[in-house]
Amino acid sequence: MRVSYKWLKEYVQIDVPPRELAERLTLAGVAVEAIEEPGKDISNVYTGKILKIEQHPNADKLVVCRVTTGGDEELQIVTGATNVREGHIIPVAVVGARLTGGLTIKKAKLRGVESRGMLCSGQELGLDPDTMPEDQAHGIMILPADTPLGVDVKPLIGLDDAILELELTPNRGDCMSMVGVAREVAAIFNKPFKMPETDVAPTVDAAGNNVKVDIEDPALCRRYVARLLKNVKIGASPAWMQERLRAAGVRPINNVVDVTNYVMMELGQPLHAFDYNKLKDGHIIVRRAADDEAMLTLDKSKRELSSDMLVITDPGGPVAVAGVMGGYDSEVTPETKAILLESAYFDPVSIRRTSRDLGLRSESSARFEKGIDLTGCRRAADRAARLLVDMGAAEVVDLVVDNYPRPWIEKTILLRPQRVYHILDLQIPQPEIADLLIRLQFQVKEDEKGLLVTVPGFRPDISLEIDLIEEVARLYGFNCVPNTLPVGSVTQGARNYSQELALKIRNFLATGGFSEVITYTFVNPRVFDLLGLAPDSQLRKTVALKNPMSEDQSVMRTLLYPGLLDVLQRNAKRQVKDAAVFELGRVYHPREGETLPLEVTTLAAAVTGSTPGGWNRSPVTMDFYYLKGVLDALLVQVGVNDVSYVPVTGAPGFHPGRTAAVICGETEIGIIGDLHPDVQEAYDLSRPVTIFEVNFDKLAGVSGNLRRYKSLPRFPGVERDLAVVIRNDIPCADIINTICRAASALLQEVRLFDVYRGKQVEKGRQSLAFSLKFQAADRTLTDDEVNKQIEKITGALEREYAAVLRS
Amino acid sequence: MEDKLNSILADAREALAKTNNLNELNELRVRYLGKKGSLTMVLRGMGSLSPEERPRVGQLANEVRAEIENILEQRLAEIKRKVKSAKLAEEKIDVTLPGTPFLIGHKHPLTAVQEEIENIFLGMGYSIEEGPEIETDYYNFEALNLPKYHPARDMQDSFFISPEVLLRTHTSPVQVRTMERTVPNLPVRIIAPGKVYRRDDDATHSPMFHQVEGLVIDKRITFGDLKGTLQVFAEKMFGPKTRTRFRPSYFPFTEPSAEVDISCGMCDGKGCRVCSYTGWLEILGCGMVHPRVLEMSGYNSEDVTGFAFGMGVERIAMLKYDIDDMRLLFDNDLRFLAQF
Repeated sequence: MRVSYKWLKEYVQIDVPPRELAERLTLAGVAVEAIEEPGKDISNVYTGKILKIEQHPNADKLVVCRVTTGGDEELQIVTGATNVREGHIIPVAVVGARLTGGLTIKKAKLRGVESRGMLCSGQELGLDPDTMPEDQAHGIMILPADTPLGVDVKPLIGLDDAILELELTPNRGDCMSMVGVAREVAAIFNKPFKMPETDVAPTVDAAGNNVKVDIEDPALCRRYVARLLKNVKIGASPAWMQERLRAAGVRPINNVVDVTNYVMMELGQPLHAFDYNKLKDGHIIVRRAADDEAMLTLDKSKRELSSDMLVITDPGGPVAVAGVMGGYDSEVTPETKAILLESAYFDPVSIRRTSRDLGLRSESSARFEKGIDLTGCRRAADRAARLLVDMGAAEVVDLVVDNYPRPWIEKTILLRPQRVYHILDLQIPQPEIADLLIRLQFQVKEDEKGLLVTVPGFRPDISLEIDLIEEVARLYGFNCVPNTLPVGSVTQGARNYSQELALKIRNFLATGGFSEVITYTFVNPRVFDLLGLAPDSQLRKTVALKNPMSEDQSVMRTLLYPGLLDVLQRNAKRQVKDAAVFELGRVYHPREGETLPLEVTTLAAAVTGSTPGGWNRSPVTMDFYYLKGVLDALLVQVGVNDVSYVPVTGAPGFHPGRTAAVICGETEIGIIGDLHPDVQEAYDLSRPVTIFEVNFDKLAGVSGNLRRYKSLPRFPGVERDLAVVIRNDIPCADIINTICRAASALLQEVRLFDVYRGKQVEKGRQSLAFSLKFQAADRTLTDDEVNKQIEKITGALEREYAAVLRS
Repeated sequence: MEDKLNSILADAREALAKTNNLNELNELRVRYLGKKGSLTMVLRGMGSLSPEERPRVGQLANEVRAEIENILEQRLAEIKRKVKSAKLAEEKIDVTLPGTPFLIGHKHPLTAVQEEIENIFLGMGYSIEEGPEIETDYYNFEALNLPKYHPARDMQDSFFISPEVLLRTHTSPVQVRTMERTVPNLPVRIIAPGKVYRRDDDATHSPMFHQVEGLVIDKRITFGDLKGTLQVFAEKMFGPKTRTRFRPSYFPFTEPSAEVDISCGMCDGKGCRVCSYTGWLEILGCGMVHPRVLEMSGYNSEDVTGFAFGMGVERIAMLKYDIDDMRLLFDNDLRFLAQF
């Protein structure tokens, strides 16, 4: 809503400048988003009259005008405009004038002819071309013929005004009008508020004229006022009205349309003017449309209607989509001689649905859908009639139909002062509360229980005691409420176990060299093709958005790691090719027979490239074993002790020979592996990538923070190295298991420290070197004891794997 | 003989003073004091002395020995010191060479800010509640006093899964779920952080973003409590000099409702580019829980009152780190992330 500061003063006395007014309105809940001062940078533009227009001697597209600004001197001005005629009064920027965009007018020669000034278009004066009459939108602005010459043009066309742009909350439909804002201003500054003149005296007898209004669906149309005007003379509206409409952002069209728009802006009541002679029998029928009905609206589009939509019809068919847009066939034209003014109340929800379903929003629908003043329909029709009569544009027929099947029900609400104290913590005396509400035009009566407050028709948003408390608070000033802190029983503020675990994991990975990323949870379903998922894969069963922003964000992810691949790809394109990233977020799986899908918190990490090297340290490749080391450490950190990695082939997206299921105790919590080379290629990544993806909820289930101290050994341990040559397809984990089983409890630690394949070892075999640590709690071990253990171990390895001891 | 002793001492003094290395020093020790050393040789000639001379010469000889030993000790200490300092000098390294790289990672700025917000409220006795990101229309709208076709639904253009299921547009459904679970017990004192979704995408909006909402319900919660709580939050989050300003606003689930501005930290409220020359920055919305919302969740709105607030984590992160484009937060450029 655009509010002209100058116009607003017609209804209330304002003693503060626009900026302060804006501040006060904002702090009372009518937010002013911006203040526009269209004429701020403009100076030295005067009204002038074109005395003579001659063709430019050297240019076909230019003319030479002789212009007077009232004095004796005539100015010679060259212009390219085609809409000016001799006798027109126009804005003239004289030499030295400043226009929008910092343009300064100097004496100039245009194709050899001297030009001393410029004839201005609205745009050059900072006006929006969309608010100019059609014929002037792209040409010179033409002022009314009775405009005095040589005066500053700024006050004449509203360039001395300030426009407050309101950002209204949905509950304050009443402020979508000048009087609504004026009421607020009056309340804030405690000034009287003046309603515009609506008295109108009919001059044409009703006899011989027929107006009839039938409302078939009174739930959707609670009131319909129809007022007939005759002897209509269509023409331009007066300059003052055009200026105000322009300030409100509305293009002047003709006097009748302008008046309906003006009254809508002034009173907040949308009006529609039908060409009376195009309505059959002057008979208005308000009804729901039929499902197969259609009509041509003002904007010349054919609209398919449905039975959810309310239409205005005559016996011949629809003439308007109620409250949204008028029909083309009954539109007011330059030939119109009689008009029927509609001032009605339509149901907000119905208008909202209709306007949404038609994809058609108008100034009118915007007001109806927020709820207008049901008690104000007649007044608005009268106001429009009065304006048209005052302008000499029409005569009023002594015929008004006010069909009002569902009248406004007066609401009286009890406001208990102690409730005000309780909610606001503010000790305002009852008379002061009453005064604040009276300033807002509520009627207030004292009662033994408190105040009985009657709500005016223009405030349909008020229906509860709390609504009144808010009114009191906002007018009193939120910032006058003293700051306190809640008192009451003490509560423990703490993260729960899984929140604490999430924090711990984030801290661990972030300090361990991983950067956390946050990616969109909605993805392109094409991702599943990139990963090579089977057509019937469970992971392709997604929660899909009905109205995504784009195909790229159309289904909820079922896997976390593709988001990481996107991140790696994007970074690689920017020359960042070494990366270690993780994300902790949810994935979403639809559930048969459930309204809501399953949301699984998931942890994924990806590494590629190598760690940064230095002058004294070579880079370490971040590969499978690097990431596995990280995962191992992470699991230890969160108290998981029993972890195993079981080879997995055929996991979608993963390398068949380099992937393992991560199993904690009996629970499979996730997967770790190298990205399948095909997927790596599909993502256009030049280097291998290793990933793990773990179900956070399952991880939380197997994790723990229970730790028990084990007494430290008092006797020295014995370390022995053992190297065996063994078939290279035997998993290391099996070999270690065999070693542990073969040895007694004296074996405290098995550490693999070397893997060798190459010349020294025959093909298909490898050499594994282990460091074994033996230790007893109660004595120092003898060589003999340790040797016996080693023998048992080598024996088992020979038996089970035909391993050969390497000397 | 006495002359001899004196000359040995003078000799030794001179020789010891000259030497600068440990080996030489040892040789000199042998040369003067060893079994075949010059002092020993002189002492062997003691037998030829008269009994009167013997004690005197003996005493002198002991004094000479003691003196030589003394000098030896001193020289030894000196030389050791020199050797050590020479070694240290040799061991000098260029301390300006770069250190061995220590791989560090970074929490996402949104996580860092969210944790900071959480910690402030945890310190005030709030617990953290979570809930589904994909919600029913009931929890996301209806139970929050936003019936179908309510104009305020426009404020939150939603992503729908079906007519009844959508991506939550705020974390308020968590508040409703918590109230339903807690009723009739008191107090409720929670924050609800998490991802939320609205159909918006530009430099200051992202279709997915993060909120932290708070809810307090108890017997006597007032608008003043709300103001005081958020003042404490603003001071902890943005610095002790931060001021707050409450502007009346409208949310269907609270009444009275307010938008909260903080004084701009860049210009101290004087007006600058960051605050669009207003001196104020809008950071959150809040209000007293609407009686209908309390009733729908099972509380008696005559007996209990409450307040709620909600803030965008992105907005706060952008203010805190002076980030001008929200899209950077979801671009995950590692050069960007490494700055936090």
